[in-house]
Amino acid sequence: MTTATTQIRLGAEAPKKTRTLWQNAARHILRDKLTLAALLVLGLMTLLCVLGPPVVENVLELDVNRTSIPDKFLAPGAAGHILGTDHLGRDQLIRLLYGGRVSLAIAYSASVMTILIGVALGLIAGYYGGRVDDLITWVVTTLSSVPTLFLLLIAAAFWTPSAELLIVILALLGWVGTCRLVRGEVLSLKEQEYIAAAQAVGVPNFRLLVHHILPNVLPIVIVTMTIIAGNLILVESGLSFLGVGVQAPTPSWGNMLTDSRSYFNIGTHLVIWPGVLIMVTVLCFYLVGDGLRDALDPRSSWRLAE
Amino acid sequence: MSAATNGVNGKGKLLEVNDLKMHFPITKGIVFQRQVGAIKAVDGVSFDLYSGETLGLVGESGCGKSTTGRAILQLYRPTDGQVVFEGKDLVQTKGEELRRMRRRMQMIFQDPYASLNPRMTVGSIVGEPLDVHGIGSSRKERQERVQELLKIVGLNPYFVNRYPHEFSGGQRQRIGVARALAVNPSFIVADEPISALDVSIQAQVINLMEDLQEELGLTYLFIAHDLSVVRHISDRIAVMYLGKIVELADRDELYRNPMHPYTQALLSAVPIPDPKIENQRKRIILEGDVPSPANPPKGCNFCTRCPRVMDICREQEPTFKDYGDGHYAACFLHE
Repeated sequence: MTTATTQIRLGAEAPKKTRTLWQNAARHILRDKLTLAALLVLGLMTLLCVLGPPVVENVLELDVNRTSIPDKFLAPGAAGHILGTDHLGRDQLIRLLYGGRVSLAIAYSASVMTILIGVALGLIAGYYGGRVDDLITWVVTTLSSVPTLFLLLIAAAFWTPSAELLIVILALLGWVGTCRLVRGEVLSLKEQEYIAAAQAVGVPNFRLLVHHILPNVLPIVIVTMTIIAGNLILVESGLSFLGVGVQAPTPSWGNMLTDSRSYFNIGTHLVIWPGVLIMVTVLCFYLVGDGLRDALDPRSSWRLAE
Repeated sequence: MSAATNGVNGKGKLLEVNDLKMHFPITKGIVFQRQVGAIKAVDGVSFDLYSGETLGLVGESGCGKSTTGRAILQLYRPTDGQVVFEGKDLVQTKGEELRRMRRRMQMIFQDPYASLNPRMTVGSIVGEPLDVHGIGSSRKERQERVQELLKIVGLNPYFVNRYPHEFSGGQRQRIGVARALAVNPSFIVADEPISALDVSIQAQVINLMEDLQEELGLTYLFIAHDLSVVRHISDRIAVMYLGKIVELADRDELYRNPMHPYTQALLSAVPIPDPKIENQRKRIILEGDVPSPANPPKGCNFCTRCPRVMDICREQEPTFKDYGDGHYAACFLHE
């Protein structure tokens, strides 16, 4: 056949524009309304919690820690208290904003730390195998048999549980799941022919990990990260219920919900607001994870485009 | 062109494989693993490869053809033996030195769907060898080289920014060929490069490979199980059975005068496109299954299924000998 080596004239038309994986993902998400909405809600919530408190304090002349017994259990809409007050007469809006800071900080920081540790160790264990893998697997197995809850109870006995402490403990105990997941993914990816092809081409180990294996585990990692972030918010509220979460007077959505459960019949709004915020945030994290999984798959980007 | 003249004609020996063994350990136990046996996927394979020739490697599934190819390229580190390529023993070469040697030898893979990273564009797949070996001084130069490579394999150079899933099987295999050619290798292992393709596309890829061989002076180790394709493309043919080469000869010599009973059985299975001859043709039907490579039989590996088995075959291993004019075989019938 001669066509195989026929010279084709260059320069007649330009090649299709380069789009990276991330540009493709961005385009995909812009078309995916549900994910976009979830992303916007999360972004807005984060922005409000980070930038909102000082503004709200100034405009409404509030202080997050100011108690005022005569003003307790005010209903939403009361003068000066848009979302009402709690059992100590503290303004609910400002407490929700500060609480959001704490809850979201735990969700973001602990999930990022979890993922960083888990992915790094999972990649190393899965790719290099041998002794390194044995060691990491051993640590993972050992750590996953530590009863997290009791460790937290013990930690709470020694130190006052703060957001920072919770983040560190949750991350140091939480990475094992991600590590195991990534290790498994890498083990199966390693057997793919394109990895052998890259080795045959002479791609060095580190580049192989970063260019060939990491991009292929990244989607599942990102989905896991958003689910972990959602879970962490739930875990934080669960820990508050047991009294080992973030301690009063620092508000978090979890401890606000816990505190208000005794006053459900008097101040329904005290249960509903933190509860709804927790639910919406967790749901948004899950939705974003789901949307990102589709967006990061190059095979799905043309499906929406057609 | 026979093997012997290949050498005489001044075409140098490019690759020498000596007693190559690739045994995969079978382990037991979870914490304290111990080896309880080995899958002898390749068990003492020796052959030479001369510059510019195509050596066909045939055999049934699981006989160790692909493993041989991969062990030669050090994608699996061989258990034992020598692979002397351009004067250097690859088995003893490691790390950065081996990585640099990869510029000279490449592989075309069997499955055009699995052998291209789904998350990389065609441009980065074909351009990666240039990147990692520092070929081409600038990004622009490398991009031009990638487009040139795509043209060489008959693809539109404007496909650089597309992803593999946008291509058909035949086009993907061409991308694989372009990737293998990127570093200007002298030797290419083609691991069943056409068995995953439609029959209509197979000829295109075969012709492309032949054209490239002529233009670039490539040497192929062509692994296949399709005897007619192997006959078409190869100068010499090696027949493998259960991890060993049982016969190796010049293509026409092998088809005219197969010495090993296994080769005879294989060739008898090729249909002849003439009903009269086809009706009179006698097929040698082999009984039983291939023994497990973890537990090969004593003596000749083929003794359990050989239609002409003798007592000695169950006792001793036949030696792989030259029976004249580069026709090698390992069989007691001829000793």
